[in-house]
Amino acid sequence: MADMVFWCIAALTVISAAFVVLNNQLLYAAIGLLFTLFGVAGLYVFLWADFIAGVQLLVYIGGILVLIIFGIMLTNQISSVRLSQTNVQQGVGAVVVTWLFIFLSMVISKTPWLIRPALEPESTTAGVGTLLLTRYLLPFEVISVLLLGALIGAAVLSREGN
Amino acid sequence: MDQLTNYLFIAAVLFSLGVFGVITRRNGIAVLMGVELILNAANLNFVAFSRFGGMNLDGHIFGLIVIVLAAAEAAVALAIIINIYNNLNTINVDDASSMKQ
Repeated sequence: MADMVFWCIAALTVISAAFVVLNNQLLYAAIGLLFTLFGVAGLYVFLWADFIAGVQLLVYIGGILVLIIFGIMLTNQISSVRLSQTNVQQGVGAVVVTWLFIFLSMVISKTPWLIRPALEPESTTAGVGTLLLTRYLLPFEVISVLLLGALIGAAVLSREGN
Repeated sequence: MDQLTNYLFIAAVLFSLGVFGVITRRNGIAVLMGVELILNAANLNFVAFSRFGGMNLDGHIFGLIVIVLAAAEAAVALAIIINIYNNLNTINVDDASSMKQ
């Protein structure tokens, strides 16, 4: 049963990711991205990463996706709806990406991965919080300053009359 | 579902599709969506290695930092794209390739 759910979520993720890069209508592509992000959040749950799954839902779907849809609506030209959304490199790009995928698959299947057995933790939130405030305190602070900078930068950049 | 390579393959597919979107899309926002796919693939790898490396939580921290960086990147990129749209009236990345107008 769990296996079937896993493969359904994997298929949802991959198919909607293909939808994101192949669909000609940007808004539909953004909806495809919604399902991809949901699928990845589901995979995080299968990987016992409950906190990351929640953050994925909150930040990606609640924040980034809404930003992207805003961007699409603010820059949408009605006259350009029928314009092709892809450039002339589609053939070359497909070949390059196929080779890239074959290369990655060979690396993945040939490498003898070291796997350590583990027990499923009750919750990862406490562990992640402890690590953030002890071992990873400096990256945590740096990332907060970076977020502040990005926030101010985005506000300054998109101000009227800049 | 308890195989590391399954997750790595899914991440590889996501990464390849993201690269395909980045190199073939003309619209700046669609390029940004490709970048989001790539970041998600990397994040999936981090969390998968964390789980199969003995439930080591360091991978989760990396994943969190990647998610925060993606949010900052999306905010700044969309501000730039809206600026380009106001100045050039297009967000086609081929038309906006010069450094000044």
